[in-house]
Amino acid sequence: MDLSFGPRYESFRQEVRQFISANRHKAPGSGDKPRSRVRLDWQALLIENGYAARTIPKQYGGFGAEPDILETRIIAEEFSASGTKPGMGGLGISMLTPTLLEVGTEQQKQEIIPPTLRGEMMWCQGYSEPGAGSDLASLQTSAVLDGDEWVINGQKIWTSTAHYADRMYGLFRTEPDTPRHQGISVLLVDMKSPGIEVRPLIDMTGDHNFNEVFFTNVRVPKEQIIGKRGEGWQIANVILKHERGSLSSVNATLTRLSLLQQLMQKQTLAGSRVIDDPVFRDRLMKLKGRALALKFNDMRILSASLNDGQDATLARMVMKLQGTELRHAVEGLAIDVMGEIGLCYEKGEYLEDNGMWQRQYMYYLGLIIGGGTSQIQKNIISERGLGMPKEPKFDRDQFSSQPGR
Amino acid sequence: MHFGLSEEQTLLQDNINRYLADTVPLDQVRKFAAGEIDNRAIWNGLSELGVAGLLIDEKHGGVGLGSLDAVVVADCLGGHVTPDAFLGTAMASRALAASDRDDLLGELAAGEIRFGIAFSESVGARGDAGVIIENGRLNGKSILVVDPDADWFIVATPDQQIALVSRTEVTIEPMTTIDKSRRTCSLTYKGSVAKILSDDPDVYRKALDTGRLVLAADTLGAAQYMLDAAVDYAKQREQFNRPIGSFQAVKHLCAEMAADLEPARSLVWYAGHALDHVAIEARESVCHAKAHLAEIGTRIAKTATEVHGGMGFTDLLGLHYWFKRIGFNRQLLGSPELVRAEAANLAINVE
Repeated sequence: MDLSFGPRYESFRQEVRQFISANRHKAPGSGDKPRSRVRLDWQALLIENGYAARTIPKQYGGFGAEPDILETRIIAEEFSASGTKPGMGGLGISMLTPTLLEVGTEQQKQEIIPPTLRGEMMWCQGYSEPGAGSDLASLQTSAVLDGDEWVINGQKIWTSTAHYADRMYGLFRTEPDTPRHQGISVLLVDMKSPGIEVRPLIDMTGDHNFNEVFFTNVRVPKEQIIGKRGEGWQIANVILKHERGSLSSVNATLTRLSLLQQLMQKQTLAGSRVIDDPVFRDRLMKLKGRALALKFNDMRILSASLNDGQDATLARMVMKLQGTELRHAVEGLAIDVMGEIGLCYEKGEYLEDNGMWQRQYMYYLGLIIGGGTSQIQKNIISERGLGMPKEPKFDRDQFSSQPGR
Repeated sequence: MHFGLSEEQTLLQDNINRYLADTVPLDQVRKFAAGEIDNRAIWNGLSELGVAGLLIDEKHGGVGLGSLDAVVVADCLGGHVTPDAFLGTAMASRALAASDRDDLLGELAAGEIRFGIAFSESVGARGDAGVIIENGRLNGKSILVVDPDADWFIVATPDQQIALVSRTEVTIEPMTTIDKSRRTCSLTYKGSVAKILSDDPDVYRKALDTGRLVLAADTLGAAQYMLDAAVDYAKQREQFNRPIGSFQAVKHLCAEMAADLEPARSLVWYAGHALDHVAIEARESVCHAKAHLAEIGTRIAKTATEVHGGMGFTDLLGLHYWFKRIGFNRQLLGSPELVRAEAANLAINVE
């Protein structure tokens, strides 16, 4: 057990700290919108200093450093600890860019990566459809080649950021007469194309996070494809590889837990502090035990990615399930701590923390469902992690032109 | 940066597990549970592997290892529901080292003498049990004392002093508990001659933390055994012409057990590391490890039994030995509620 990162990394940490304290006055706040000057300038400054797009080659507009897990982590930790806006992390930067570097054409890399890194070209991801959620491979939105163009018809759903994205990378059925996993391609669609309609999907928090996207004879140039025709499912798996455990960041949960403790010290019930109530204390400590277990699990995962021969397969597989469930429970305890006052929402004199606890309580229920539901996670853990027999699949050999259900 | 077991610790784990698999199979545990054998031979074998002297420094004839190594050992012992004497040995190693009776460490390290632990009256006294020490003499009663075969007992008083008393000074009455892989007793003191090992609460706490850590790690091993047994059973047991492990209702139970257990392993490892190396986090980490392992251990014990269906409920598979061991570890040296209250006191300022 050696939990220090070593002197080289500690001096790197000091560099990051110095940069942050010297420049944080230039950082955008929560009110600064995407594409605002202050956000674009901040992103440019971060790239120039290697705190964003750090490992993307210089020729594509990145900083060009060698990949280093600990450096990446230190940067994330320091920006988070100081409450400074880190480099942009949208779908285009975190998912599409590394995928293009791996499987894109030279022309795609040159055209797409630099403006994406700068935050000037924003992306959304067109995967789920009304009839294709957990069973994504049953997707039916079609793209038919007509001369030099694909013609797209159908509908996507749960498309976050579609209301301001410039482009979409998405999965479309291009080969209707092949087995369903082999009939999909990844196409790149300009969101300003005629025939695209974006409708907001308001979620239970009351916010506009998601959209439905309708395609009616949308025409896309033939070369706007990643990989070859019918390779979409494999490419989607390459894209997925780059989805980090960002859905369930343990450090953020620990921060919420200490804010919850402060809330309990402040809230009173019949004149006594809630923190002095043994039942609430016990509930807080139960969650803290779970949170610490995930914190050290996360350290084990980090360690396994640094040291050969250390296996953390199961430890990794359980993080999405446990991280989102725990976060939901932390936000939920805060509402119980407030009791009847916890019912207040959106505005009013009794509203605590601007309704953040209530909003996060609901938002994290969304994250329990999104990105692979808890039930799908349990299938993955049991089948891939524990080697249990698969559910019989009835649809493997079915052709996609036949409805899957 | 390395979070996990070292090569030496993995080797230690392999050695202990191999010994236990060969020497202490379930039929040995059954014989011990039925009172047909005692555990002297088992403990002698473990002592030869260095288990008795694990936490004792080399100067006193021990191996000189630390709390994380104790976690490794207890994990193995729980996994095999071993009738062991590790809890008392580990706690006594810490208590004696901080006292002027460190002369006993040599025999302890060799497995020649054993120590029982009477801490319940300090952690949370029940009923008429309770101890008083005055002028070098003990009066009162301790219950749920681990190891009636011990040569010495370490007794903790409500004001967090720890005293050493010989078995010849006390009346020992066996107690029957749910967990037959261990033996417990009550001790009655009537002016029993006792020696105060330490009146420093930190010495008491260090011994208690060590004991709680050992119990948490023991549950980790026992719960891992139960999960593995459930997964194996679900893979081979067939109903409706398919292995029951292919039903989501069953495989999700197994996934939930694994999802609880993997992070818990990291927590116990860290608590073992912190107890020796991160003073400000040591106690809180151990409290959380003890309480969290009690919670997830209990859940796994129940769920793994359910996955086995009716067979899990029988004596045939002996799964109940692990179920009961986890139950024992949950209550001894502090139930989860009690330990979490201590953790809260460490984390929250009281007004």
